[in-house]
Amino acid sequence: MEEAARRVISVIVINEASVLSRITDLFSGRGYNITSLTVAPIPESRYSRLTIVTSGSVRVMEQITKQLHKLIPVLKVIEHADLVEKEMALVKFPITENLSDISALCSAYNGNIVNVSEEVIIAMVADEPKRVDYFLAAVKRFHPKEIVRSGAVALER
Amino acid sequence: MQISGAQMVIEALIAENVDTIFGYPGGAIMNVYDEIYKQNSFKHILARHEQAAVHAAEGYAKASGKVGVAMITSGPGFTNAVTGLADAYMDSVPMVVISGQVPMSLIGTDAFQEIDAVGISRSCTKHNYLVTDAADLARILKEAFYIARTGRPGPVHVDIPKDVTAQIATFDYSKPVELETYKPNVNGNVRQIKKAMEAIAEAKRPLFYLGGGIINANAGEEIRKLVQMTGIPAVETLMARGTLRFDDPLLISMLGMHGSYAANMAMSETDLVIGLGARFDDRVTGKLSEFAKNAKVIHVDIDPASISKLVNADFPIVGDLKNVATSMIEIAKTTVDKERYIPWLETVANFNRLHPLSYKEDTVELKPQWVIQRVGELLGDDANISTDVGQHQMWTAQFYPFSRPRQWITSGGLGTMGFGFPAAMGVKVADPSRVSINFTGDGSILMNVQELMTTVEYKLPVINIILNNNYLGMVRQWQTLFYNKRHSSTDLSVQPDFVKLAEAFGGIGYRVSTKEEFDAALKDAVEKNVVAFIDVKVHRLENVMPMVPSGGSLFNMMLEYKEK
Ligand SMILES: Cc1ncc(C[n+]2csc(CCOP(=O)(O)OP(=O)(O)O)c2C)c(N)n1
Ligand SMILES: [Mg+2]
Repeated sequence: MEEAARRVISVIVINEASVLSRITDLFSGRGYNITSLTVAPIPESRYSRLTIVTSGSVRVMEQITKQLHKLIPVLKVIEHADLVEKEMALVKFPITENLSDISALCSAYNGNIVNVSEEVIIAMVADEPKRVDYFLAAVKRFHPKEIVRSGAVALER
Repeated sequence: MQISGAQMVIEALIAENVDTIFGYPGGAIMNVYDEIYKQNSFKHILARHEQAAVHAAEGYAKASGKVGVAMITSGPGFTNAVTGLADAYMDSVPMVVISGQVPMSLIGTDAFQEIDAVGISRSCTKHNYLVTDAADLARILKEAFYIARTGRPGPVHVDIPKDVTAQIATFDYSKPVELETYKPNVNGNVRQIKKAMEAIAEAKRPLFYLGGGIINANAGEEIRKLVQMTGIPAVETLMARGTLRFDDPLLISMLGMHGSYAANMAMSETDLVIGLGARFDDRVTGKLSEFAKNAKVIHVDIDPASISKLVNADFPIVGDLKNVATSMIEIAKTTVDKERYIPWLETVANFNRLHPLSYKEDTVELKPQWVIQRVGELLGDDANISTDVGQHQMWTAQFYPFSRPRQWITSGGLGTMGFGFPAAMGVKVADPSRVSINFTGDGSILMNVQELMTTVEYKLPVINIILNNNYLGMVRQWQTLFYNKRHSSTDLSVQPDFVKLAEAFGGIGYRVSTKEEFDAALKDAVEKNVVAFIDVKVHRLENVMPMVPSGGSLFNMMLEYKEK
């Protein structure tokens, strides 16, 4: 068996009712993985763009692409090879943690402190998914209370 | 034109030249039924169960090549129809199923007879719609018919809330379908076709692997010509039966789990598989890694997702089979030399001589295979043949002398018991001049037996030949072979009186256990031209052979079962 590698695909769909469930149903029904999925309308068009991070062998990927194409509202499926990929993460820390240390760490990962209240600090980073992993590992020592990742978005170079 | 949503449904069906629909009314679809009552353009056949209505529409579609139409109500009406949708989806049957839904204002409130119908049908339809505005109905229905019949055909489900069927809006059916995201590719890449034809000219042991896509594409004639002019032998899948005439010398037989020895051996020995509208189903290939191991593969299909899904295609060709076969014929005229394959044909003939499809006659009891062959002798081309699912289905596929596409109507992909009787009813509607036979089992027939009422009411004389082995025979066979004869819940010794059952609905019943009785019963049923049950007592423990055990290699066939 060929190894299942991480892959990123973008899917352009007509922005209509239940189009997202058509896509997720296809993945669950055929046993494909979804690592992350983001979706938003493409400005000034009737389309939405989904970025799906999945994993599978070359053969599975070919099937995923073809099966996506078969869905009626799907306009285009882009299997990324050479891509720019970014993901955002928000992390909430207790106010008792060291604000300047966190801030310094954030700037190393394309981020900053976005909110400080009486009780919590919220930091934001936007970087390659792998680097977001590193960031999240690095901030462990500041006892994060809550972490949210956006899922990846990607553009072909 | 300003009309109600319900009237739009009628107008759309008329515009699509629909002559018959199958359905069952209920609260949410009543507005549409009211309009059905007022019109005279098409016929509505009231099935006695929604599943049967959908199977009837399938039978109609399979026999005619037209889009079948079924109409049902919300909630239980819809859920009853799901098996039919799934069946049509698996076998690529062009169909439009229209269901009523609770009014828009009640959607999401767990209203009476509300179910998320499009949520359920999404995974077993080619496409589906929930109509939220009557102004969209013309476009949606037109798209539904278009999507159902083009590309790889399939069922399309349109769910219409009750208030939308009452809503008045503009109806204009003349606008052409504009689907920017759906453009089925039809022609096939010319360079790929040329390369494939070169491979054919160079092969020593090529083999046509004919699938149901040929029937869907109405490409039977072209394929017959292609086979004949190349002199290359052919095997058929279950769904492709009838593509070649049964007596065509180049037709080996059906391949797969219950394929003939020669067909499976040919597939194992070939050096070039020419797959036409077939999808390398697991019931056909057996163990994939051993399937046509030494062969290159040409794969022509309208559905790109079918190509290289299971078996890698060296020559993938996406296109409509009618077009592609026509191009292939054109090229073959100058490239293919029939003589080249004569030694290969000799090999295939040897396989056939070694283990022809056969069965042992019994002096006391009728063998089911005999019954099927006998119907073939007596009716042959004059009958359309439907089946249910089980041993009787496989025997019919093996032993009936099919002579044309669309003569053979069966549930292949889903394997739905209860398919046969309603499907045979739809077939009779589509092709009234031919006898409509349903070969069924004592198990399957009870799964839509209520259609006795429909067929009697509408004078649709389906002849059901029950190959009665007092068993869920196919499951019993697996238990005999693989579960050490532990016949768990497959004994059907307790049975209805099938003769009385048929009579109770106004049909005719026959009980037969000898050849003479069978001939007499069939003759009588055909002559009287009424709905019939012929309850044929057959040998109880007959097995379908050859058999490739599930997951085994195609060349490792069990040829007969020896009592241990
Ligand atoms: C709806 C449905 N339920 C269960 C099965 C599993 N199944 C396949 S064949 C079979 C036995 C069919 O018995 P019968 O109709 O008597 O046909 P026979 O095999 O005896 O010819 C069963 C239960 C099925 N295919 N469809
Ligand atoms: Mg039986």
